Amino acid sequence: MTKRHLLAVDDLHVHYRLARPHLFGARPTLRAVDGVSLSVERGRTLGLVGESGCGKTTLGLAVLRLVEPTGGTVTFDGMELRSLGAEALLDVRRRMQIIFQDPYSSLNPRQNAGDIVRSPLDVQRVGSPSEREERVAELFSLVGLRPNQRNLFPHQFSGGQRQRISIARALALNPDLIVCDEPVSALDVAIQAQILNLLGELQEDLHLTFVFISHDLAVVQHICDEIAVMYLGVLVEKASRRTLFRSPRHPYTRALLSAVPARRASRRTERIRLEGDIPSPINIPPGCRFHTRCAYAQDRCRVEVPELVEKAPGHWEACHFETSPRAG
Amino acid sequence: MPAVTGKPPVLEVDGLCVDFAVRRKQVRVLSDISFTVGRGETLGIIGESGCGKSMTALALLRMIPSPPGRITAGRVLLDGEDLIQVPEKRIRAIRGGEISMVFQEPMTSLNPVYTIGNQIAETIRRHKGISGAAAWKEAVDLLDMVHIPAPERRVHEYPHHLSGGMRQRVMIAMALACEPTVLLADEPTTALDVTVQAQIFDLLREIQEVHGTCIVLITHDFGAVSEMADRVLVMYAGHKVEEGTLDEISGEPRHPYTQGLLRSMPEIVDDPADIRERLPEIPGTVPDLLRGLEGCPFAPRCPSAMPKCRDRPGYTRLGDHRSVKCWLASEGTGDRVGS
Amino acid sequence: MNGTHPPPELPFREETEAPDIPWQVTARMFYANKAAVLGLIGFTVIAVVGLFGPAILQADPFDIVGAPLTGPGEPRPMGTDYLGRDVLAGMIHGTRPTLMMAVTATGFAVLIGISIGALAGFYGGRLDNLLMRITEFFQVLPPLVFAMVIVAIFGASFVIVILAIGVTTWTDLARLTRAEVLKIKEREFVMAARAIGMRNRPLIVGVLLPNALPPLVIAVTLQVGFTIIYEAALSFLGLTDPEIMTWGRMIGLSRDFFFEAWWSVTFPGLAILFTTLCIALVGDGLNDALNPRLRGR
Repeated sequence: MTKRHLLAVDDLHVHYRLARPHLFGARPTLRAVDGVSLSVERGRTLGLVGESGCGKTTLGLAVLRLVEPTGGTVTFDGMELRSLGAEALLDVRRRMQIIFQDPYSSLNPRQNAGDIVRSPLDVQRVGSPSEREERVAELFSLVGLRPNQRNLFPHQFSGGQRQRISIARALALNPDLIVCDEPVSALDVAIQAQILNLLGELQEDLHLTFVFISHDLAVVQHICDEIAVMYLGVLVEKASRRTLFRSPRHPYTRALLSAVPARRASRRTERIRLEGDIPSPINIPPGCRFHTRCAYAQDRCRVEVPELVEKAPGHWEACHFETSPRAG
Repeated sequence: MPAVTGKPPVLEVDGLCVDFAVRRKQVRVLSDISFTVGRGETLGIIGESGCGKSMTALALLRMIPSPPGRITAGRVLLDGEDLIQVPEKRIRAIRGGEISMVFQEPMTSLNPVYTIGNQIAETIRRHKGISGAAAWKEAVDLLDMVHIPAPERRVHEYPHHLSGGMRQRVMIAMALACEPTVLLADEPTTALDVTVQAQIFDLLREIQEVHGTCIVLITHDFGAVSEMADRVLVMYAGHKVEEGTLDEISGEPRHPYTQGLLRSMPEIVDDPADIRERLPEIPGTVPDLLRGLEGCPFAPRCPSAMPKCRDRPGYTRLGDHRSVKCWLASEGTGDRVGS
Repeated sequence: MNGTHPPPELPFREETEAPDIPWQVTARMFYANKAAVLGLIGFTVIAVVGLFGPAILQADPFDIVGAPLTGPGEPRPMGTDYLGRDVLAGMIHGTRPTLMMAVTATGFAVLIGISIGALAGFYGGRLDNLLMRITEFFQVLPPLVFAMVIVAIFGASFVIVILAIGVTTWTDLARLTRAEVLKIKEREFVMAARAIGMRNRPLIVGVLLPNALPPLVIAVTLQVGFTIIYEAALSFLGLTDPEIMTWGRMIGLSRDFFFEAWWSVTFPGLAILFTTLCIALVGDGLNDALNPRLRGR
């Protein structure tokens, strides 16, 4: 990790021990994140893409230590987070924040909008009460809320407005890193554009670093600089936006791309249909995790685990084969 | 793309209006909705949440909660029979019979305490009045038809054993149990992952080809519409603001709302630029129907709003199954989306 | 027209309406429920009697004022009991201790129940296991027998009786609180509160419990009614403070004379029935008024 990188995750594991299925059974392990390494440069946006159950949200939470990793390291601005004590961790929390998917459940229904935005300042005891009020007003205007909305409660806002409150709360402590967990998935398309534009503007003005978790490739393409594709707890491909969309390598990435409905008939070209569903993270297939759904799977894929290797400059892929990039 | 015209409409909705009584006020949640669907055709109804698209589906089956809701005007003709007028007993037979529904959330739409075989067989028995064993066998056949692997085994499983995609297949199987002429699909793929979404669309298309079912696809996702629909109806605040074929709507939308909606969606391109461009957004939020709307419902957010928009525009017909509810179109000066 | 015009000033829904303050909505819903309002009025009347009644009717309820077992009539509208004590005086002087007993004993049970439930639900794991086993231990004991043992050991003073009732009735509240906390803990705003660095105690007290309140309020109102009846049962067994007159005690003492003098048992019985009914109606009204699904109608 160099100075340019704000966040580096190395070989991160998050495993959950589940309850015994029956009295004498062994406790099964759910491997939500199973050895992920990545890093994010300052002021850039890393996209984490994958289907539900692939571990992307758990990874986002583990980066903030909102769930405890069971292995590996998370380095934030030179500090190894897993070795920090509870107090030191609270300090670091000022500098890393999160925005959740569901604007209906991420705001405390019993607090008004202003108090929600103010709560990080109160909790961290930043400034005097009047300074906190000023900061709230400033944050409101920053995210496009009006001062007279300060005393309204979450249920009086629309989804998009609630997400603005969420963003204001995340910005309150001037963080360096914000993990955005599907921040626009629950919003209507017209509102999605508003929030995406807002996030983009804020990133430029405040020099924020984003980890942007999403299942929506169009949104990811729009907002992310680097993209990591996740499948069943591991990364299968990692590249810059341009490289990834111009020449996707991994069969899974290509299947994802071809599954996105095209608006114009012209893009309806190759179709890769994946059969079945993503396997359970309790019972991970041996070898390459994707082999159960991969059209190109060979015997080798069923036994040997492919490593994530750099197959072209800046283009990492975990596959045994030299899949030729899609012809432009 | 199948030919749009020339097919006799199976389902014809004409001037449908629905009012809700909220806090002693009458609120019009559906204003003068008309459309037709022909045999083997798919109509996509698209709009933001609260635009009345799901209400339309419920109104067709007379399933709007009443009170407070009430159908105040309009006709719904299914093969010439007006569903608004038929007796209660007949409409119950039509629900799940000639017209059946697939909902967004397959987990909550299935009863968790019965096996899926039980639930499908029960539907069949209720509508066809055949014996339990025969209904059970049909349930297995239906699961096979929606490509659930090992259906003989799966019929004995409970909904929570199945993945989201599988549950949606079960819902579709149930909806198909009585060979409906019309399938109302309300956000059938919204809760599913893209790869599974694609599988469900394939399945729906296949069923449509085999049985000639009309599908009304209700969604907020233009991607889903472009995947499935032959014709598209755009709704806003309870109004049908534009109607046309898929190519007309995506290629030359005439209503400023449709234009804004299409432009605000990021689209995957094979060769993205290095800089992030600002998405053209529609400012503001959808209007609150409680406050009552005067004039054009979209006017407060419309970039081309003009004084005339204080009066409500009527439909401007631009051809067969092509209409726009906007003053711009009626003057013939509608500006087109430049892309 | 490529989006260069400034966005028009739009009236947002939430600005055009008067702010819907939750408690106002709750109050409106509550007042719309006639039965609940009646219950509230009834309870207020009882509370006023409890507060000011003894000052107006200064007779000592333990004084023997007439012939035993005299039926209702002039000058004793509710008659006298087996010792010739005025039933009306007992009713009025018994109101305040009965209500105080009910409220403090319930408050004590609420304190234990909510603390244990919140801790168990929030921390989970071993602590949850331990606290829930303790709760089950208290749950399987027959509460009346347990309370009898406590009173028998520590004596039948007013405070001990309150503690005995509190200690034996908190388990349901603990279970309810735990279930609510477990449910709310999963919601994202709790994760968001942790993400801004909130410590555990403020998180439980400031975020989790306020959101668990609606079902707890209902449970507590029902618990008050239950406590009055429970105290009556203890009095009935003669296990309460003999210096203090309560409705339950009146029934307990006069129970043998029910067939000779119905009035000495029936009036306090009706008072208990009326109070618990009022409280149940208020609880039911709160239940509806706090249910967000019923709001906005």
